[in-house]
Amino acid sequence: MARELREIEQIAVAPPDVDEAAGLWRRMVRIREFETRVTNISETKEAEGYLHTYAGEEAVACGVIPLLRSDDWITSTYRNHGHAIARDVPLEGIAGELFGKETGVCGGKGGSMHVADQDLGMIGAMGIVAAGLPIAAGAAFASNYLGDDKVAVSFFGDGAVHQGAWHEALEFAALFSCPVIFVCENNLYAESTAVDYHLLAGTVSAMAGPYRIPTIEVDGMDVLAVREAMTRALHHARSGAGPVLIEAMTYRYGGQFEGDLQTYKPPAEVAYWRSKDPLPAFRKRAAEFGLSSEELDTIENTARDEVAQAFAHASAAKWPSLDAVTTDVYTK
Amino acid sequence: MRELTIKDAINEALYQEMELDERVILFGEDIGGGAGRDEDYPEAADAWGGPFGVTHGLQTKFGRRRVIDTALGETGFIGASIGAAVAGLRPVAEIMYVDFLGTSFDQLLNQAAKLRYVYGGKMSVPMVVRTVAGAGFRAAAEHSQTLYSIFTHIPGLKVVAPSNAYDAKGLLIEAIRDPDPVVFIEHKRLYMRKTHVPEESYTIPFGQAAIVREGTDVTIVGVQKMVHTALDAADALNEVGVSAEVIDPRTYSPLDTDTILASVAKTGRLVIVDESHPRCSLATDISALAAEHAFDRLLAPVKMVTGAHAPVPFSPPLEDHYLPSTERIVEAVMATVNHQGRTSNTVVTA
Repeated sequence: MARELREIEQIAVAPPDVDEAAGLWRRMVRIREFETRVTNISETKEAEGYLHTYAGEEAVACGVIPLLRSDDWITSTYRNHGHAIARDVPLEGIAGELFGKETGVCGGKGGSMHVADQDLGMIGAMGIVAAGLPIAAGAAFASNYLGDDKVAVSFFGDGAVHQGAWHEALEFAALFSCPVIFVCENNLYAESTAVDYHLLAGTVSAMAGPYRIPTIEVDGMDVLAVREAMTRALHHARSGAGPVLIEAMTYRYGGQFEGDLQTYKPPAEVAYWRSKDPLPAFRKRAAEFGLSSEELDTIENTARDEVAQAFAHASAAKWPSLDAVTTDVYTK
Repeated sequence: MRELTIKDAINEALYQEMELDERVILFGEDIGGGAGRDEDYPEAADAWGGPFGVTHGLQTKFGRRRVIDTALGETGFIGASIGAAVAGLRPVAEIMYVDFLGTSFDQLLNQAAKLRYVYGGKMSVPMVVRTVAGAGFRAAAEHSQTLYSIFTHIPGLKVVAPSNAYDAKGLLIEAIRDPDPVVFIEHKRLYMRKTHVPEESYTIPFGQAAIVREGTDVTIVGVQKMVHTALDAADALNEVGVSAEVIDPRTYSPLDTDTILASVAKTGRLVIVDESHPRCSLATDISALAAEHAFDRLLAPVKMVTGAHAPVPFSPPLEDHYLPSTERIVEAVMATVNHQGRTSNTVVTA
């Protein structure tokens, strides 16, 4: 007997008040500033290793993460800087991690691909595609078991649907009615491969249907739309109605990694998505929430200074002690 | 003499085998790149050639019929390679980083490796899994592993890990023509290293180690990139009057035990250098070989110089500390050279 799909309640979503709106803007401009800086340090070789930037996708992290409670769970991916910033992980800790310094949020052991603050419920930022989904489902399972009312959010990209882990996580979450919100950042590309080629179902949300998981498709360049979708998804999951999948259509301004020449992106496509840039889109509507353009400018300038300070702090910070190579392998 | 990088030597091996044998096809993620865009936007064609550009140009030459960008699901295309192989093709599948084999391990561990044995030896699985390993690239814990020993442990798989361009070409052609599943491990920090590579096609048989430097005082077995670190150490040792013989096993399954044991019989000392974790590794495997078969010829305990029993850390100084260095190899060799041999196996307590 097929299980019924539990529809998402179309609850009314109030617009953000001035403080919340300022918080959305602060996070978005911080991410954009941070990632601009990451691209620069990649070009100057100041930071080593793989760097995956989040510029263009700000509205997704900022529409989702600020609505979470401080004790909720998150799994992220190698494209994690935006998630960490939206979760208010201190910028010094993120920049420090990119440089592999002692001040990094993971003490320098994880690097850019694994920026996550476990103190803030970020279980991890997985370098393996779709690896976070079953883990988030398990954290949500524990929430039901312990009755602690927490939810889990798992971010993933469009390429993740091809992994067995993706399907098995959705099935697990649906079977045990886990309060997990799967958030797809559909940025049109799995590495260099376009969704037109690899996403046979057309959308990621279409693939959740057979698991009886309700879905919300949303404009991932519009932080207010994402916020509205997330509010409903959160209400659904928190009230015991089971998992939800949000598919946010967005665009990765950078390459798969810094240094990717992106010869596969048609210029007209880039121009189209740039015209939908989430930052100016929010700026146009900010007055509705009581934010003046002077206030927006002040927040933006502050963010620029904070990011600059964070990178200066990271640059000056000490390397970890060499003993750290073999610490934390086991708890005891 | 023409020199090629390892990256280009691998590309040439694939090119030549594909020209020669219509059955050879390539599967992998972004091995061409730009799939889904190139019909309307021709500039997107062959955009990547994999993240290191190893397969670049092959899709332009052989088309998407033979150089196949898969979706992002390793289980699917590793399993499909097995099926295609038993059905008459010669698939070469690329796993972008060896770390990603975790997602498709059942197909390799339980299917590819066992399909012949379990059913009485009626079918062969002539497939190659090309993959990229190695630390020192600041790629952190999930993109830096080597995992040689995990594959070597499994009967039914052959394991190849070339350290230079000449070997890379000859061993890859051998792997493609081999009737059994071969895991062909490329080291990301060796791709740009050049050696002489003949233009014509050639093969190097599996199970033949190379003595890359002759010596008389100590045998150093280097695993893949560590062959070069061992050679640097041999230079440094030469300055202090220690003559080191350096061996590159080149294939780990099968392993050329004869060459290693003959060298140990000559030198009486053995140091193994492997950047992998030390437990249940190639280093312990080769140590055990010497302990079991060359005990009477050893003048000192075998030494292993390996990575740490810890995931690969990101932080550049931590990662450098994690990896075997020339200094650590020299130190290990000197410990074997300076070892005071026992005269009895009775423990004397004061």
